[in-house]
Amino acid sequence: MSNHAFYLWGAYGVTFAALALEVFFLIRRVRKSEAKA
Amino acid sequence: MNAAVKWFWYSSPQTFYPLAGTIARWCAVAAALAAVAGLYVGFFVAPTDAQQGEVYRIIFIHVPAAWMSMFIYVVMAFWAALGLAFNTRLSGMMARALAPTGALFTFIALWTGSLWGKPTWGTYWVWDARLTSELILLFLYFGFMALQASIDDVRRADRAGALLAIVGVVNVPIIYYSVQWWNTLHQGASVSFTKAPSMAAAMFAGMILMALAFWLYSIAVALVRVRCLILERQ
Repeated sequence: MSNHAFYLWGAYGVTFAALALEVFFLIRRVRKSEAKA
Repeated sequence: MNAAVKWFWYSSPQTFYPLAGTIARWCAVAAALAAVAGLYVGFFVAPTDAQQGEVYRIIFIHVPAAWMSMFIYVVMAFWAALGLAFNTRLSGMMARALAPTGALFTFIALWTGSLWGKPTWGTYWVWDARLTSELILLFLYFGFMALQASIDDVRRADRAGALLAIVGVVNVPIIYYSVQWWNTLHQGASVSFTKAPSMAAAMFAGMILMALAFWLYSIAVALVRVRCLILERQ
């Protein structure tokens, strides 16, 4: 595991960070569009 | 109310808005549960691969993300075509709502594939048919979003985007069959509709659970984005 940890956690880390960012920006957009409506 | 009337009833953005909210909530909860189950099976139940060691566990996100990248594009092109043919407002919104998530899964498939490739192939990237056609898919998503963002009139933007989505859908079978049509470094499909999976049952279960999680997640975020588009276009 130790010599491949960078690849494994690099893959999982970026994936979940990207999904979390999408959810974060979506929630921000929901609040903005609901406030305008 | 018969089925045909219900179909038209929910094709109106105003009536679809509350339904989308309900479906999105349920899908978000189900996606979280499926992801927890998939990660548990992937990390604690599935055995270590004899040849690749622990790094093979990247496939639990790489393969489902690659499936989603292609599937979302086909669904996006379907909605875009429907909007173009019947001039329905909701269809264009559905296509527009799916594009960012499709692009995200394409990026994840490329990123995780690259991190899997380095320890197993000895390189992060090769210009083989599978990798190159997947990269083209990412550019198609970017092109679709950029084209729609560049046109102020949303109905015209939907129509222009629809044409690009429909033309670009030809890339999906190219991605899928690239490993059969060309001599690629990327291995062939481990899972197909016609053959038994060429991997341990626990590995297969982990991958399917993660695919289900990504699928439910995509439905949830796309529906929430559609709700935003409905409010923004009012």
